[in-house]
Amino acid sequence: MNAFVLILQRDLRLAFRRWSEIATPLMFFIIVASLFPLASSPEASQLRESGSAVLWMSALLSSLLALDGLFRADAEDGSMEQLILSPAPLSLIVLAKILAHWAVSGAPLLLFAPLLAISFYLPAEALPTLIIALALATPTLSVLAAIGAALTVTLRGGGAIIGLLVLPLTGPVLIFGTQATEMAINGESALGPLYLLAALAVFAISVGPMAASAAIRVAME
Amino acid sequence: MGLVRWFHQLASPPYVYRLAGQLAPWFAVTAGLLLLTGAYGGLVLAPEDYLQGDGFRIIYVHVPSAYLSMLAYMIMATSAAVGFVWRIKMAHGLAVSAAPLGASFTLLALVTGGIWGKPMWGTYWQWADARLMSELLLLFLFAGYMVLRASFDDREKADRVSAILAVVGVINIPIIHYSVEWWSTLHQGPTIAKLDQPSITMDMLTPLLVMILGFTIFFAWLLCKRLQGEILSRESHARWVEQLLEGTTR
Amino acid sequence: MDCFSLTGNQPVLRAESLEIWRGGLCLFSELNFELHPGQVALVTGANGSGKTTLLRVLAGLTTPTAGAATWAGTAIQRVEAPDRRKVTYQGHLDGLKKDLTVEENLDFYRAFWNSLEPMDYLLEQLRLSDCRDRQVRYLSAGQRRRVALGCMRIKPAQLWLLDEPLTNLDRKGSLLVADWLAQHAAAGGLAVVATHQREHLIQSASIEIEL
Repeated sequence: MNAFVLILQRDLRLAFRRWSEIATPLMFFIIVASLFPLASSPEASQLRESGSAVLWMSALLSSLLALDGLFRADAEDGSMEQLILSPAPLSLIVLAKILAHWAVSGAPLLLFAPLLAISFYLPAEALPTLIIALALATPTLSVLAAIGAALTVTLRGGGAIIGLLVLPLTGPVLIFGTQATEMAINGESALGPLYLLAALAVFAISVGPMAASAAIRVAME
Repeated sequence: MGLVRWFHQLASPPYVYRLAGQLAPWFAVTAGLLLLTGAYGGLVLAPEDYLQGDGFRIIYVHVPSAYLSMLAYMIMATSAAVGFVWRIKMAHGLAVSAAPLGASFTLLALVTGGIWGKPMWGTYWQWADARLMSELLLLFLFAGYMVLRASFDDREKADRVSAILAVVGVINIPIIHYSVEWWSTLHQGPTIAKLDQPSITMDMLTPLLVMILGFTIFFAWLLCKRLQGEILSRESHARWVEQLLEGTTR
Repeated sequence: MDCFSLTGNQPVLRAESLEIWRGGLCLFSELNFELHPGQVALVTGANGSGKTTLLRVLAGLTTPTAGAATWAGTAIQRVEAPDRRKVTYQGHLDGLKKDLTVEENLDFYRAFWNSLEPMDYLLEQLRLSDCRDRQVRYLSAGQRRRVALGCMRIKPAQLWLLDEPLTNLDRKGSLLVADWLAQHAAAGGLAVVATHQREHLIQSASIEIEL
């Protein structure tokens, strides 16, 4: 547990020293979502219809982007070797890193997504569900992106290939997340998809870090 | 004891190369016979479907391809996992050989699925069809595996890293499959959106089973051939390969 | 610098028929040696001869193509948590976070490895007392190397695996490392050091492995 807290503290401190790392994924999310009216039409009916889908796709892509450098910095300065060799389980360390990263790049999404949703004329009643759905989905997305980052940690142009590896795996999250939002927009109870999102999150958090740590060990051999 | 010894021999490249070479002709002949029988049964003998007419006959290619795409992924993931845990190069070789084959069958399933759907949907592609969507995602999983492999210079590292990806993929496949199913049932239009399976009768089913078996053995033959190529590529500096190339070709 | 007793077997580092291939080339094979408490092994050889790889194998980061390295009777990679604390590895890279200060880096590793090493004295020895609050990104290469060595020293380990510890160090720094090695060996520790600059360390060495 001690190692978990130490890594969490260190990574959070590092994140705040490099504020651009916090801001970039969030700005990416906002920019991509904002380009949507340009790409389709600013009319209320159009925005309302596809707004939820656009928000989710933007959140998905920005999660992926954010985690690209999760392990690369450590691998490049030699800290990763020390973490691999530590007596604390590497998957616990990985989980701490993912949590730190989610706290600075995933959590702010929860603040800005509702604002964008309102701008897309989505009904206010749907907002709580949207926030909860994103809160449940972004951890899963972070874990999946971390696995992608771990697999490609030693590769040069890592970013795009992470997308290829991880995006197919995010299908279920996308399906349940958008469905929950749609149901909330239509005034129905979205408990079903929300529970499924929660189940996926629990599964991802318990199993994902192990896959990521195995990948890191192999990549750094 | 004999079985254990045989397993050990499976880790030896020259042994596997010879074994693949010996099995291949048998697979080829059997597959050929089965495919011909199945095709005749399906295209000629089986009666027309009362709803879809002759159009349904494409299932004799579509269903086996879809089934094989899944089987190929299972084989790829399992042998990659075995290779990873027990550090057996031959297992990785098998995974590498299975991947492009699986991708091809997936592509075939998608194309034949489109051909099947055209009379009903009016288009060659229908996003709402759960099976096609699952197959598409499976194609991306294969693509991811092959691209990841290709990104590493060191073959052993490529093997081991992509093995992890394969296992992560295989765990996700049921999740993806069921979520896509669920999604497609939500978006079924009033018109028949998904590929409706015709009500199967015995004389339609038998050729289908024969075709599935034939395709599987065809896949086994292709796998043997690719595996042989893969072994030669991995062992190109070994003495037994030089001797092989000097001697008569098998 | 205490000598810790291990769970079970003798704290001996043993390499048996180690063989390493890299990029299709065999770097070395049939490498055998044994290191007992109080001994320091120096690994020398030309560039690319496999010194770094050997150290990585001994640390358990890489698997040898053939042969095995054991620490206290257990294969390196299967060494359990408590015994893993007894091994410290310092590679080519510094292992420091550039955005953290010297003190923050050292503090992190101190807490991470539950060390009781007195911070002020360590900083004094490393001649870093003045820059303890400076971010590592602003230090010179030599200063960074000293911080890295400090992080290594902080870990109360019995087996030291050091890859080119004298890189970028000035004379005082090299003398400090030689001193530390001598003290470590005297207290019953073991060390394997890969280096180009054998003159500085040859005094403390008991074994020389030439690749």
